[in-house]
Amino acid sequence: MTGDAHHLLPTATPVSLIGPDGHPVADPAHSLPAPGDLRRALAALITARRLNDQAYALVRQGRLAVYPSSHGQEACQVASAQVLADGDWLFPTYRDTVAVVGRGVDPVEALTLLKGDWHCGWDPYEHRVAPHATPLATQLPHAVGVAHAARMRGEPTVVMALCGDGGTSEGDFHEALNFAAVLRAPVVFLIQNNEYAISVPLARQTAAPSLAYKGIGYGIPSERVDGNDVAALLSVLGSAVARARAGEGPQLVEAHTYRMQAHTNADDATRYRTADEVEAWVMRDPLTRLSTFLDLPADDMTAMNDEAERVAAHLRDGLNRDVEPDAAQLFAHVYAAPTAQLREQEALIADELLRDGAAR
Amino acid sequence: MMHEKLTMAQALNRALRDSMTEDESVVVFGEDVGPLGGVFRVTDGLSAQFGERCFDTPLAESGIVGVAVGMAMNGMRPVVEMQFDAFAYPAFEQIVSHVAKMRNRTRGKVALPMTIRIPYAGGIGGVEHHCDSSEAYYAHTPGLHVVAPSTPGDAYALLRESIASPDPVVFLEPKKLYWAKDEVALGAVSPSIGKAVIRRPGTDATLIAYGPSVPVALEAAEVADREGRSLQVVDLRSIVPFDDETVCAAVRSTGRAVVVAEASGFASVSSEIVARVTERCFHSLAAPIRRVTGFDIPYPPPKLEHLHLPGVDRVLDAVDDLQWEDS
Ligand SMILES: Cc1ncc(C[n+]2csc(CCOP(=O)(O)OP(=O)(O)O)c2C)c(N)n1
Ligand SMILES: [Mg+2]
Repeated sequence: MTGDAHHLLPTATPVSLIGPDGHPVADPAHSLPAPGDLRRALAALITARRLNDQAYALVRQGRLAVYPSSHGQEACQVASAQVLADGDWLFPTYRDTVAVVGRGVDPVEALTLLKGDWHCGWDPYEHRVAPHATPLATQLPHAVGVAHAARMRGEPTVVMALCGDGGTSEGDFHEALNFAAVLRAPVVFLIQNNEYAISVPLARQTAAPSLAYKGIGYGIPSERVDGNDVAALLSVLGSAVARARAGEGPQLVEAHTYRMQAHTNADDATRYRTADEVEAWVMRDPLTRLSTFLDLPADDMTAMNDEAERVAAHLRDGLNRDVEPDAAQLFAHVYAAPTAQLREQEALIADELLRDGAAR
Repeated sequence: MMHEKLTMAQALNRALRDSMTEDESVVVFGEDVGPLGGVFRVTDGLSAQFGERCFDTPLAESGIVGVAVGMAMNGMRPVVEMQFDAFAYPAFEQIVSHVAKMRNRTRGKVALPMTIRIPYAGGIGGVEHHCDSSEAYYAHTPGLHVVAPSTPGDAYALLRESIASPDPVVFLEPKKLYWAKDEVALGAVSPSIGKAVIRRPGTDATLIAYGPSVPVALEAAEVADREGRSLQVVDLRSIVPFDDETVCAAVRSTGRAVVVAEASGFASVSSEIVARVTERCFHSLAAPIRRVTGFDIPYPPPKLEHLHLPGVDRVLDAVDDLQWEDS
């Protein structure tokens, strides 16, 4: 064991490269991403915000059962996808639909789960995006396994594993970090610390100085970053991915952000937090911050907004289209080949449906 | 085909070795499975022969199974060892919420070809938490295959087949049979997952058993034979998929049946067997099907386990109760 553990600890304050007012912040240890990367991030942020708001509206219209919005957390969503290469993997939670879309998944497929047509709507191998994980932190050991398998074969794959602040209390969070460290698996763990797990504030979740302190116990270098500053996220996550790819093992990043809306639209956030608290975070909005900083010509902004509208319209159209659910799907994918018992049960439903049809 | 006389532990070891030799994507990991060779020596010599394809992990069962899920998603065929039945419980969430469901959740896009080996059940004088019969938890979960060999030959064949299977398999190894020795056919195996086998022919009644209870049923049949009653013994081998066809044909041929299982009887695999057979064979039955199972108690301490475990006498008493006077 090494005596010097200091390099594993995060900085006292989160890394920030563009302040809430849109002005650059000097940081000798990190440099601003290239202008092209920031432009790409702004376009993605605008689309991300639009998708969040569109999905929220679709819940009100009854097209989605529920939507855990990442409104306010879009910088984390955008950066976690943008720093990955095509061969890398993303392991999202239920709140990370926008990151899933950032990897190239069709937004309609990304919301299949919440539309209720099926569980996972996309082919995880197509864009290397695991299914949304709902049982908290259970996706993290999977991320380690994918990374370890790639490493055993000598492939340069890095895995981005997402998790919330509440999820860090689950056993699988700790087991995953420990396995990743011992196996030196190329995983970047990104905690989106949005201050709440449904209604429970961070102080009820941990007594650690910050969630990034959880890395040191496992021997994992850890960093804190302003989670509403996409420039800082691109820089911190980008170098974490590069270190993991270079064989330096797993990295832990805690992004300080805020869930601007209720946990889901089924939640009433007024029961556990004040409007003033939420208001203070409006000033730290990730979108305004980057657009102020970039100060792009109006035409460019219009083009980005148009693109966001196009994606939102695609989502709306897709979710407004009703797909006739296929009963055979219930039995088709329980095993590679259905058992005799499942074939009997499928026949039972087929018969019921046939009689229903005849009765109508 | 080569034959060798092996204990069940050795047969399992050969199955792992042969699968690893044949298929580079097979990896073995768990607690103490490396240089030690596992607490029951089932992985003996694998880390020496295959290097990092057989490795010791941190002590965390959810992590072990969760990492196996990820490796299976990414081109590997993991075989993980849970050190004992009751120590697989920390992995229960991973098994139930992910291992069992991944194929279904992704409409067949992501298969998890992985095997979870669990030394299970009692009869070895083990202290608490080392003797659980946990098959019902897994059998109740759609998406898992659940198998339990009773002979070294089946142990070899079933493990080879489990590792090659595109579906996740919970592989239950009856601890008390690890040292039982028998002739084992090595090399290519014929499919036995989902196929029960008649271990002993008989005409008067059928004993239905699996895993650690099969030798008990066979011994009971032996004793009954000396007393002039011919008992047929069915060894399920595979709990899921369940071989209704073989089991029902057997029961129809005798008209009477007793299910023998170590696990507590309430809401168990044995109750499922009785229900299924009754639903399908009611008119062939000359008597209600009886069960001889463990009691509905936490697994007892070593000095009392003999009272809990189904024994030959209790099986024969149940057979005696099958309303012979009516026929
Ligand atoms: C194992 C488990 N326990 C409980 C829940 C119910 N649940 C869903 S989201 C949530 C809060 C999680 O908070 P956090 O990890 O901070 O993520 P956030 O929702 O803030 O993105 C809870 C308790 C769950 N999904 N899984
Ligand atoms: Mg949270």
